[in-house]
Amino acid sequence: MNAFLEIRNLCVTLKGGAPILRNVSLSVSAGQVHGLVGESGAGKSMIGKAVLGTLPRALAVTRGEIWLDGVDLQTLRPAERRRRIGASAALIPQDPLTALNPARRIGPQITRRLVDILGWSRADAEARALELLAEVQIPDPARVMRSYPHELSGGMRQRILIAAAFAAEPKLIIADEPTTALDVTVQKQILRLIADMQTRHGTALLFVTHDLGVVSKVCDTLSVLYAGKVVEEAQMRRFFMHPIHPYSAALLAATPSYKDPEGSLTPVPQSVIDQVEREVTDHDRRAGL
Amino acid sequence: MTLLRNILMRLLSTAITLFGVAVIIFVVIRVVPGNPIAMMLPPGATEADIARLQAQYGFDKSIFEQFMIWLRGVVQGDFGTSISLRQPVSSLVLNRLPATLELSIVALLIAVVIGGTMALTGTRWRNTRKEGAIDVSTGMALSIPDFLWGLVLILLFGVLWPVFHISGRISPALDIDFTTNFYLFEALLRLRFDVLGDLIGHMFMPALALAIPLSAIIAQLLKQSLKETMHLDYVTLSRTHGYGEHHVITRDALPNAILPTLTLVGVQFTFLIGGTVIIERLFSYEGLGNMAIDAVINRDLPLIQGIVILFALIFTLVNLAVDMLYVVLNPRLRHA
Repeated sequence: MNAFLEIRNLCVTLKGGAPILRNVSLSVSAGQVHGLVGESGAGKSMIGKAVLGTLPRALAVTRGEIWLDGVDLQTLRPAERRRRIGASAALIPQDPLTALNPARRIGPQITRRLVDILGWSRADAEARALELLAEVQIPDPARVMRSYPHELSGGMRQRILIAAAFAAEPKLIIADEPTTALDVTVQKQILRLIADMQTRHGTALLFVTHDLGVVSKVCDTLSVLYAGKVVEEAQMRRFFMHPIHPYSAALLAATPSYKDPEGSLTPVPQSVIDQVEREVTDHDRRAGL
Repeated sequence: MTLLRNILMRLLSTAITLFGVAVIIFVVIRVVPGNPIAMMLPPGATEADIARLQAQYGFDKSIFEQFMIWLRGVVQGDFGTSISLRQPVSSLVLNRLPATLELSIVALLIAVVIGGTMALTGTRWRNTRKEGAIDVSTGMALSIPDFLWGLVLILLFGVLWPVFHISGRISPALDIDFTTNFYLFEALLRLRFDVLGDLIGHMFMPALALAIPLSAIIAQLLKQSLKETMHLDYVTLSRTHGYGEHHVITRDALPNAILPTLTLVGVQFTFLIGGTVIIERLFSYEGLGNMAIDAVINRDLPLIQGIVILFALIFTLVNLAVDMLYVVLNPRLRHA
């Protein structure tokens, strides 16, 4: 198996029945970026959460396998599972303003896990943090290490979170809408930074976003989700040239264009929505839901 | 600079508060019916006797004049002489203060330990039936006042299963020669564990009675803010680092969730100190509160004033301490 993350037939349901993810399968290899796109509520983020074991308490994985580095996470005990994820995967969260602990200095927030979970020495962890902060282009890393989150801007905090995600050299990074909460001018820099870091470190990256423009810039492959179901999985180039599923085509058509800013936006046509809805119901009936 | 100004402002506002308290208590205890002189004289005393005593204690003057005389003394550290005990109020009050402080602090510690434990386990069990059980028990603990808990405890651990002393502060047989009135503290420092055990045996029930309602408040509020904090991104991020539930609750969520609880505990702690008045009476514990009730019964005006002023001073100091602790725990306030 060369895919570092491979998800097979993953089903996540709300406790009590309603399906959130329907038979999702996808894989990401080292050095590859896989995009997850879809509307709000399509379940994009839930895939990341299911992998990282941070699903809300009301949700549960009811079926499927999540292979991370050759091990099916679903078969592990919780503590072992946590340890494995902590050692080989990392999350770049959506909102840098709430993702850093306001009561702690930046330094320990990066080094803590290296010391506690991976058994590094404090000095090594600190050297590593300084090195990473420099790599994400933070000026005066030593001072930033001693700062509290409220003393830093949103863009700075997102850079810090990116540095923290790469700290333990994870083989998989899940970026959950990492630019959505940022200023448009900062978005582009952060996107560039994530892409650069990913290339340099050869990490597998699962990139969750609702922005097809972003996907086209950073991803190699992508999955389009609707109502927790993958409607299309494709190579990036092929997808933008010849989307196969009508819903994908409609999503592409609904993306605003820089070239024609005055042009009217095309909503996803009702017939397409009816079609994907039908597919979802069919799927549920076959699955006996 | 700003720190110094803040401290000065706090001292000024403390002084104003104490002055206000002094005015109110001074006027109120002189306006309400009841007269210290009447308590001192045997039945059948003549009008002349009464007038003579009134003049001796200065009660024949106007309230304003009396207040000015008293205030002049207070500024010089003289709080007057107790009418019923015929000793300086300041030494009487300061001798009793350690007993009440020890009781309140032990009660606070018990409340923090019980309340904190319930909040943490409740967070761990959130959205389960066990959390419901915690909510029900804290609700009960909160709706019964401390003096009723005192009676319940006396019934349980004094009568049905007599393991604790139901009255007093220390067994007379054990009364060693204390140099301070901080018996608990001193016994600990002198490593007299027999005395310490006896003191705790006396203090346990009144302290627990005071602590139960406060522990319920701590449990409810802290659990609520912990549960809210548990949804925040940095807690989720910490989970993905490989930390378990226990670590995430105590190390990530707790330092932030504790702030609102801290403010409330400060306020509630002053209520707890107020509660010592009745609890000390109930357990015949020789503290300030017990003395306050005697002072009121005897219409011992100077003593009442002294005790009330001291309580007011403690309240403002507790609030000051809470504000300072808040700044220490919340980095966002440190530079302000």
